[in-house]
Amino acid sequence: MSTVVRGAPVVVSGRPVPSVEKEVLGGLKAAFGAKLLDGKVLRPGHLAVTIDRDDLIPVCTYLQKTIGFEHLSCITAVDWKDRFDCTYHIENYYNGCMVQVTAHIPYDDPKIKSLTGLWNAANYHEREAWDLMGIEFEGHPNLERILLPQDFKFHPLRKDFAQEVDRQYITRRKLRGGK
Amino acid sequence: MPEFWINMGPQHPMTHGLWNMKVKVDGETITDAKPEIGYLHRGYEKIMEVREFQKNVVLTDRLCYVSSITWSHAYCLAVEKMMGLETPERGQWIRVISLELQRIASHLMWLASYGPDLGLLTGLLWCLRERELFLDLIQLMSGARMNQNYPRVGGVRNDLPENFEAMCKRSIEHFLEKLENEYPKIFHESKVFRMRTEGVGTLSAADAINWGVTGPNLRACGVNVDLRRLDPYETYEEIDFEPQVWQDGGVGDSYARFVVRYNELRESCNIIRQALEKMPKTGPYRVKPPRRAEGEGYAKTEDSRGEALFYVIGDGDDRPYRVKIRSPVFCTMAATPILLRGNKLADVVSILGSIDVCVGEMDK
Repeated sequence: MSTVVRGAPVVVSGRPVPSVEKEVLGGLKAAFGAKLLDGKVLRPGHLAVTIDRDDLIPVCTYLQKTIGFEHLSCITAVDWKDRFDCTYHIENYYNGCMVQVTAHIPYDDPKIKSLTGLWNAANYHEREAWDLMGIEFEGHPNLERILLPQDFKFHPLRKDFAQEVDRQYITRRKLRGGK
Repeated sequence: MPEFWINMGPQHPMTHGLWNMKVKVDGETITDAKPEIGYLHRGYEKIMEVREFQKNVVLTDRLCYVSSITWSHAYCLAVEKMMGLETPERGQWIRVISLELQRIASHLMWLASYGPDLGLLTGLLWCLRERELFLDLIQLMSGARMNQNYPRVGGVRNDLPENFEAMCKRSIEHFLEKLENEYPKIFHESKVFRMRTEGVGTLSAADAINWGVTGPNLRACGVNVDLRRLDPYETYEEIDFEPQVWQDGGVGDSYARFVVRYNELRESCNIIRQALEKMPKTGPYRVKPPRRAEGEGYAKTEDSRGEALFYVIGDGDDRPYRVKIRSPVFCTMAATPILLRGNKLADVVSILGSIDVCVGEMDK
């Protein structure tokens, strides 16, 4: 009755490997050197690196193909008013390590290479980042709005898209006459 | 006959919410599918930027109304990581108990809606009946059945009530008995249920990982990934439990997803029992968080539906500068076309029901 294909399950340890984050950071530093603008350990199993947007594809290819970071968890676009940041959370299912890769994007040219060639998971995340923040992902197969209507004119998560009221509630301090 | 598109949704009994699945059919066989989402987009990430850290907990409760505590807990954890806070030990244990109670309630709600999808109304009634037991426990603990607003940045809102441990144990014992002897009669041993679920909607492990499918749907593909084990938060490290993985081959079908969630119900009961034994009987359950914070932090937790990730950035104000919500259903939805392709139109309900869609968190 069942048509399930029998095969060996993917082997993962399912448990964290201690002090793997230093090893991964060392590997990244050895492979990319000065291209890594910043690299630090956040807490056991978690590290953060900062790169320029041109180095995104080499760094992510190295992470996925060479040291087995097979899960792209999340893509975040941040508006810093003078530049954009695109932050990728990439996870290794074997040892539980997570790398936070931040790429800087200039404000007047919000473009970055698409990661859909490496992870299919990037597809929806990049569409969402385009929809809400207006970052253009070059090489994306189908870059159109996903959450908002197709004819929406704005990218609402940008800081210059104001909410109706800046602060919705009156704080207690304000009621007492403070600022 | 030429191929053509059929809209399943936005108003369709299968969708459990407001979204549209467009399927392209050749006769009865599905050749392509295209999910259309965004009907419930409320702009959470923008709204949260003008509310103070604590007030956002109320919002994150409403991300998924059947799994509120797990979502507001993930947010609180991310803010704590940003502020550098550590919850007191008793607070962590209370969180573990509340998370698992919420997980059971959420899985039962899924099972209750999956039953009628396949024409099994008894499943709906039985599962909702048992869900009340756990909602009662959550109400005892937090004061509300749903949208509890229970976790706090730095701990939980209140301590456990006096007789909570005994009540919890009694409910779990009653529930486990049903889970062993009663439920399998209408699910595992039902020929109709198995014919509708076995062999449909298969997903290989490699595809699942590449498309970002997480949680029970990933474990149903035979991948042993459970963030409670792989990246332990709170006190899950000290608990002896077994992540529920489908062992019977590397391709997960609807039945595998059902079995994984079903076994997780039992495992969550096990976790609650251990937590009640191991937790310190007295002690602080909350620390006072700073009003303002600067920096960035993220936390990922094992939500009822997969990996929930919150990435919070603060700029020194009392409100977050940017909050990013990673919703597991949003990512699973990207993989639904490969789940559906090649199946019959009648199996769409069985497949999409089994991935446990919650539109609230998907559309944010």
